[in-house]
Amino acid sequence: MPRNRALPAAAVAALALAACGGDTPSVLDPSSDAGRRVEGLWWVLFWISAVVVAVVTGFLLAAMRRRRAAREAGDGDGEGEGEGDGAAGAAGAGDVDTRPVPWGDPFVVLAGVVVPGGILAVTFVFSLGVLGDLVDPPEDPALEVEVVGHTWWWEVRYPNGAVTANEIRIPAGESVELVLTSADVIHSFWVPELQVKKDNIPGRANRMWIMADQAGRFRGQCAEFCGLQHAHMELEVVAMPPDEFEDWMADEAEPAAEPQTTEARDGSEIFTTASCAGCHTIRGTSADGTLGPDLTHLADRQTIGAGLVPLTPEDLAGFIADAQDLKPGATMPPTELSPQEVDAVVAYLMGLE
Amino acid sequence: MATTVVSDAPPRPATTVERLEDDWAETPGLGSWVGTVDHKRIGLRYLYTGMAFFVAGGIESLLIRTQLAGPDLDVLGPEAYNQLFSMHGVTMMFLFAMPVLSGFGNFFVPLMVGARDMAFPRLNAFGYWVLLAAGIFLYSSFLVGRAPDAGWFNYVPLAGEAFTPDINIDFYAIGLIFLGISSTAGAINFIVTILKLRAPGMILNRIPVFVWGELAMALQIVFALPALTLASVLLELDRKFGFHFYDPGEGGDPVLWQHLFWIFGHPEVYIVALPGFGIASAIIPTWVRRPLVGYTYVVIGELAVALIGFGVWVHHMFTVGLPNIPVGFISLASFTVAIPSSIQVFAWLATLIAGRPILRTPLLFVLGFIFIFVVGGVTGVMFAAVPFDQAVHDSYFVVAHMHYVLVGSAVFPIFGALYHWGPKMTGRLLDERWGKVSFWLMFVGFNLAFFPQHLLGLFGMPRRVYSYDGDLGWDAYNLASSIGAFILALGILVTIANWFWAKARGEPAGNDPWRGETLEWYASSPPAPYNFVTVPTVRSREPMWDQPELAFGAQAPEDGGRPLTGGHLTLSTSMLDARPQAIVHMPHASIWPLLFSLALLALAYSVLLELWPLTAGAVVACGASVMGWFWPRGQTQET
Repeated sequence: MPRNRALPAAAVAALALAACGGDTPSVLDPSSDAGRRVEGLWWVLFWISAVVVAVVTGFLLAAMRRRRAAREAGDGDGEGEGEGDGAAGAAGAGDVDTRPVPWGDPFVVLAGVVVPGGILAVTFVFSLGVLGDLVDPPEDPALEVEVVGHTWWWEVRYPNGAVTANEIRIPAGESVELVLTSADVIHSFWVPELQVKKDNIPGRANRMWIMADQAGRFRGQCAEFCGLQHAHMELEVVAMPPDEFEDWMADEAEPAAEPQTTEARDGSEIFTTASCAGCHTIRGTSADGTLGPDLTHLADRQTIGAGLVPLTPEDLAGFIADAQDLKPGATMPPTELSPQEVDAVVAYLMGLE
Repeated sequence: MATTVVSDAPPRPATTVERLEDDWAETPGLGSWVGTVDHKRIGLRYLYTGMAFFVAGGIESLLIRTQLAGPDLDVLGPEAYNQLFSMHGVTMMFLFAMPVLSGFGNFFVPLMVGARDMAFPRLNAFGYWVLLAAGIFLYSSFLVGRAPDAGWFNYVPLAGEAFTPDINIDFYAIGLIFLGISSTAGAINFIVTILKLRAPGMILNRIPVFVWGELAMALQIVFALPALTLASVLLELDRKFGFHFYDPGEGGDPVLWQHLFWIFGHPEVYIVALPGFGIASAIIPTWVRRPLVGYTYVVIGELAVALIGFGVWVHHMFTVGLPNIPVGFISLASFTVAIPSSIQVFAWLATLIAGRPILRTPLLFVLGFIFIFVVGGVTGVMFAAVPFDQAVHDSYFVVAHMHYVLVGSAVFPIFGALYHWGPKMTGRLLDERWGKVSFWLMFVGFNLAFFPQHLLGLFGMPRRVYSYDGDLGWDAYNLASSIGAFILALGILVTIANWFWAKARGEPAGNDPWRGETLEWYASSPPAPYNFVTVPTVRSREPMWDQPELAFGAQAPEDGGRPLTGGHLTLSTSMLDARPQAIVHMPHASIWPLLFSLALLALAYSVLLELWPLTAGAVVACGASVMGWFWPRGQTQET
């Protein structure tokens, strides 16, 4: 069983390799103090575990080296059928060693209770320390953002009235308080590179803080199974330089941009009169539905469908035409608009910067 | 039926064996087939039924791994995927692991404690029929394309009527209430059998560790299962009658489900693991030719796991946002539960080192189990560390961990037991070479399937997703995992084929092919309906090693053997020191347990489909079958 010994080594190699992977949202490649605390805890746990597994494997290999020839176990005593016939068993019981094992009980107590008890106690105290450190941010958050889980997208609300979806913009280097709730079933907010996760539970408001070291985009995904499209409920935390963030947040609270072309104006008209407006809000227009994401500044986002596809005119048109095709089970029904009308709506939406 | 001797009956046979044959023989035929209360036939039925569901759950897992072999695959849609992963979990926990471990318990607990049957043979038959009926009930959901689809954990509000209005979840909730009847009946039977029917002299500290494992499992079932039943009943009240127990909009609380489910659900892990530990403790001494080192500590360890296992449920809920004080205490309990497990691991290792191992298939599976279980154990300790748990909770790291624990502590010991005890059950030896092939395929396949999932979890892949993007660095690990799953499945198939080949053409095993230490080897292979010619008196923890007179299968009366002829008789002894107290008349075959379970099946379907007149009829049928079961017949009261 040499492969057993190779496993921890292979694990370390693989982990080291992946920790520098670019797009992988890895717990082992943190971009925050909280993430680094958890990563540090992981490596403590990992090395203790590796030693334990190595010791046990060593015992197993040592035992296997002491094996005896299989013939001593016999290939069964072929003819020993029927009750009253067990003579072969009696004759062969001689190889059994029933003498007490003098070191047995002390060994079990030492290796089974004392040593692990000590290791576990130290680990427990250490992990409690990390838990305590994660309770409060280094400084009180100046900004509070509400993140509402929906099947299957994230609504993001800022204190100044700005509302967006699936992209959570925060100022880099500053702690931000998140208030996690849900509009329907239980979801779970998880951005592996920034913080541990916490659930969005209907009827409750969970709080957690996040902070990113520097500007960057950090992928996250719903972690609690929430139905058909649980797999496509992604989000992105976008950390921006603080002054850029302030500008963005102020702009984001503004009403939607007026359509600039004839086609876009047609699209605007169609949007507000067709069924779109029943579910989507575009601030500054009569569209004020709340079932789907707020689209006031849709063109600023990078993806649609909660990370499903990049925001391009083609994909947006496809999504409007038949969201069920891209995201089966999503709340948005296939459209009754003609292809020309869809194009007009796309032209309008792509202008909402 | 019971004991009246008719005047023109043939004269009583002369020898003890002939008399026992006369007392216990079951007339072959349909009546005996559906009515049997023989714990060995019932045990085999549990085993075969559980293995059939194992194959079903395995096919589900292969479909899942096929869908996940690469990014953005379209083998299964989300609806099919969700049904398959939900039923995979339900199947493997409730329809494979528990029945198969109960099957070994049913077959071997009476043999190992020196009894002639379980304490309540008809209740035993009833438990099996209910399991079969509940399994059919749950799987009939596939026929209408409405299998449970909210996971085996079935969280509300997703599982509530508002978000899953169809009957998928009703199959789940009613099915589990139904199954709980079977598990509870079986558990009570184990407890009473182990405490009251042990052979004279089998004082507490001579009980085989496997029997202790089944006892710990049974005690956990009795105390844990009511929480699941309650949770499911509340859910059905919500779904069918608008009770809003779990509805936050009406003052209910979805977190209530999570508490109730995990108060059951975490002990459930140990319900599946403890008998597996017991199997390891049964196999190792035989194959290293040395008594188990640290017996007392191992037994205390098993019972301590069973006890502490009730105090760790919140570690499934560390991301719910519960206050930090209870979270800290549950974290402490979760660290603590590692100690009784490590006692057992080091007792096994000490026994292996103290003895001289014979590396045949049963022991190989146990060595594989120890390695896999320890890997699963150390990652389990990681989850006790709250911040790390919160980081990888609901990620593939958990999938890896719990398969290491559950496949490690249930599947590998079960497969070891098929080779170790199969010869006792069928009378035939399995093929050793194919056994080794099966082991290595399973061991390599398992580690290839599940080790990479640790990394997937650390790299941010959540559980229960039917699809994933190709640009996240997850592809290679998923592909490796899928390949490993198929290798594992191949290894499993080899053993299944080996079993049926052995049944048909295997070499006869003889009473005691491995020269084992406990009383199951005192019986013939397969055991006669009455198990032993004489109920033995036990003077050792390893009676077959220390009492040479037992090797002949019929301890003589001067050595303490009791023939107990003249009916279905076994001996009842005192709980602590196993002093003989009474001779118990055991019941004969009966059709009523089957009829009662059919009435329950009708009840389950009637509630599922809301056919209330049928419900009323089914309730009456249940009552009638209980009355039939207990109707006084002559002098012996038969339960």
